[in-house]
Amino acid sequence: MLHIINKSPYENNSLDSCVRVAQSGDILLIEDAVYAAVGGAAEKQVSEAMKQFKIHVLQSDLEARGIADKVIAGINKVDYAGFVDLVAKNDSCQSWL
Amino acid sequence: MSEDASIKKFMFVNRKAPYGTIYALESLEVVLITAAFDQDVSLAFLDDGVYQLKKGQQTKGIDTKNFSPTYRALEGYDIEKLYVEKESMEARGLTEDDLLVDVTVMGRKELGELMAEQNVVLSF
Repeated sequence: MLHIINKSPYENNSLDSCVRVAQSGDILLIEDAVYAAVGGAAEKQVSEAMKQFKIHVLQSDLEARGIADKVIAGINKVDYAGFVDLVAKNDSCQSWL
Repeated sequence: MSEDASIKKFMFVNRKAPYGTIYALESLEVVLITAAFDQDVSLAFLDDGVYQLKKGQQTKGIDTKNFSPTYRALEGYDIEKLYVEKESMEARGLTEDDLLVDVTVMGRKELGELMAEQNVVLSF
């Protein structure tokens, strides 16, 4: 399953809940959730999640926020075509709003 | 003096990241309006609001207006009091060098005291 997160880890517990409940699969960070893909207090949480999930982040949203050069090693950057590929590859997806 | 009595201390409290919601842009619009009325305006950035000031924003890929250069133009409207809460900035792995404009970085206690001195506080 593909899990899509669009909220900042500092303002909302979507990422926490996703990682707590889901067991494995792909996580795609978009919109304000891209702040989870860079260093800061959320880094530990994300590094932990990387043991269970493959984590992807949307390049355009990183660039918009000026943080494309700060992505944690091991997180896969994708463009919009990559987003579509992830949706197509997975049998189902869930947006954690 | 009657002129002094017409000037109030306005503080805009910015707590949201840019682009994900419209709050950051709306705050900026109201800040500029307030400045046109010759008020004593200051801006505070805390929580995810600190991200509004991150250098290097490039919004072509999300088809959204990049409003971050406006923060640098505020000086031209005599808005020079920009405060960033130290704890919020550090929790996000950012330093003053990551910010696109000169700000005063202060601790939460100091910022809280500054808030208490205001006549009007507008929260975004």
